[in-house]
Amino acid sequence: MRSRTPFLLTVLAFAAGHLAFPQGASMSLPRTVEAGKAFSIQSTGSGTATLYIVGLGQVLKRNVQLGGVTVFPPGSLCNAGHYLAFLARESSSESGSFDVVPESRPAALSFLAKPSRIPVGIHDGITGAVYVFDAYHNLMTAPTPVSFELSNLSGSVQQRMVIAHDGVAWTAMDSTARQGMDRFVARIGQVSSTRVVGQVPGDPCGLKMNARQMGPLVQLVTDPVRDCNGNAIPDGTVVTFTESYKGAQSTVDEPLKNGTAEVQMPVHTGATFSVASGVVMGNQIRWEK
Amino acid sequence: MNKGNLLAGFLGATTVALVVIGTVWPAPSAAAYAGAQNILASSSTPEAAVRNLGSEIHARAWEKAYASLANKAQFTEAEFVHDLTGYYPSLLTYSALDKFEVRPLHASADDAEMELTLHWATVVGSSVSTRDLHVVRNGDKWEAEWPIVKEPTLPPQVIPVNYLRWDVIYRGPGDDWGAQDVEAPHVRIVDMHPVERADGVVILGELLNEDVVPAYVSVTATLLSKDQLPIATEGSFDKISHLLLPKQVTPFLIKFPNVALSGVGSIRMSPVSALIAASADPVIEIEDEKLNPAPGASLTGQLINQSGQIVNVAHVLGTFYDQSGKVVWVADQYVDQTLLPQNPVAFQIHIPEDLARNVSSQRTVVATYSSGGSQ
Repeated sequence: MRSRTPFLLTVLAFAAGHLAFPQGASMSLPRTVEAGKAFSIQSTGSGTATLYIVGLGQVLKRNVQLGGVTVFPPGSLCNAGHYLAFLARESSSESGSFDVVPESRPAALSFLAKPSRIPVGIHDGITGAVYVFDAYHNLMTAPTPVSFELSNLSGSVQQRMVIAHDGVAWTAMDSTARQGMDRFVARIGQVSSTRVVGQVPGDPCGLKMNARQMGPLVQLVTDPVRDCNGNAIPDGTVVTFTESYKGAQSTVDEPLKNGTAEVQMPVHTGATFSVASGVVMGNQIRWEK
Repeated sequence: MNKGNLLAGFLGATTVALVVIGTVWPAPSAAAYAGAQNILASSSTPEAAVRNLGSEIHARAWEKAYASLANKAQFTEAEFVHDLTGYYPSLLTYSALDKFEVRPLHASADDAEMELTLHWATVVGSSVSTRDLHVVRNGDKWEAEWPIVKEPTLPPQVIPVNYLRWDVIYRGPGDDWGAQDVEAPHVRIVDMHPVERADGVVILGELLNEDVVPAYVSVTATLLSKDQLPIATEGSFDKISHLLLPKQVTPFLIKFPNVALSGVGSIRMSPVSALIAASADPVIEIEDEKLNPAPGASLTGQLINQSGQIVNVAHVLGTFYDQSGKVVWVADQYVDQTLLPQNPVAFQIHIPEDLARNVSSQRTVVATYSSGGSQ
């Protein structure tokens, strides 16, 4: 009994192999193929067969002579992913699989920089996220160093080096104290992507107005309005002038023009003029003339 | 014949009979609205004369209304019509007289003073205007003198305007994924709290555009119960100034009818902002603002258009604060007159009587609309 067991196992194995490969056909698949590169598949046996390669939204079909090499030229498979190969004959087939991996060299970066507009002096206020792609828009999942650089015309430069994991790298930068259009660059080797981040002034600081009489009116003019870092507040920003007198009030919302706001209001002896912009209060003037 | 058919036949016959009666002997008001004749055939009393005038205005029978006036020699029919419907396009241009009231003020044998209150139905709700009419006897009938208010005519001129204007170019549909777009304006709710009123919960607050670009804004609030389940969601609708220039503040008011504050656990606020093309023009001065105490508590003042652009509709929003600076109420009024440059136009915003005594100060903003687009 013990001596017959190896014999039976040998017979079963032979029978199974005969069922799968009745003509002895087989193929030799590469484990991985780089996207866009040429590759070949070696088959064994004799006769002809049809080779199918099935992947993400793509099927390749080749009539092959068994025992030869089937060559796929560059550009045959471009999308990274898992592919199945079938070698089919009339009465039998063989299947296998392999992976198409992204190219080893990055070719494009998708750079998401936010916000596109930020007040000056915000810590970690600017974020940038980079997705690394090869020439065929495959996400490169291998760890890749990405350089981030935020610079402005005044010469201020912030740099970060971040390793991309699973195809993505991100960083946060501070907005500087000076307004302007900053260049935010993400770079891997020779490949780079640039975004522009507008650094805009913050709230007005030290808002101050002056008053002088012009006939029956008082002319109120602000000093050039700046934020706490000395940046000029942009034109169009609303400055509110208020005149309070004898239980009554007059108000004008005046936009800045050429850096200052100017308004003419009626003269009332004992009136108090005040100025504000948003939630920032300026000085007060009491009119006693 | 069963009872159903009998009832149907009776109703049909009654309907036909009523139609015939209404056609042959129409009610005076129906006949007047159909243009046949006046509701009141005779102006035998001062009140009847003013009522006739009100009916003709209601029917937009301008010619008849003008012909019935005692002082028609002082102005043309066109001026009379423009006085009622506006010289320039305004809220009244697209309105109809809903109803009117006549109240005698004084009467003698030959003349009388009558108050005519006109309730106009406009696209933003009711607009009420009051005219005091002098009525005089002319033979056996009475005629009203129309207190014409002639719109000041603008002298032909060129007014240079160099206010800033913002335009927006968004990313296009063909741009790559990840391509940069322009940021939505940054807005912030600087004050918010709920108030319980007789008809429900009201949320009051203020919204600031803290950005350097203009913003189209609105605010939505969701009331949550104590176990954090949504009760209701409402928006500010027109109780807000939707266009905010940089650093401009608007009040907002959101009503939740038939909701008790005791059942509210928390409130989720959702301010929304979007970039919008806008102009810093026109600038509106709000002059002589006065808080008038109860009874009839109100905020009154005058709007003066300091720019050269004609403002067709002005929406005045008042924010009322208590002594600690907390918002106690937000109210508004649409001005039904066109704002011509440098021409003062009065406004009056009513304040609830029970809140008026808590009001210590106020702040007013004006949203303006000019024909051809909102500004």
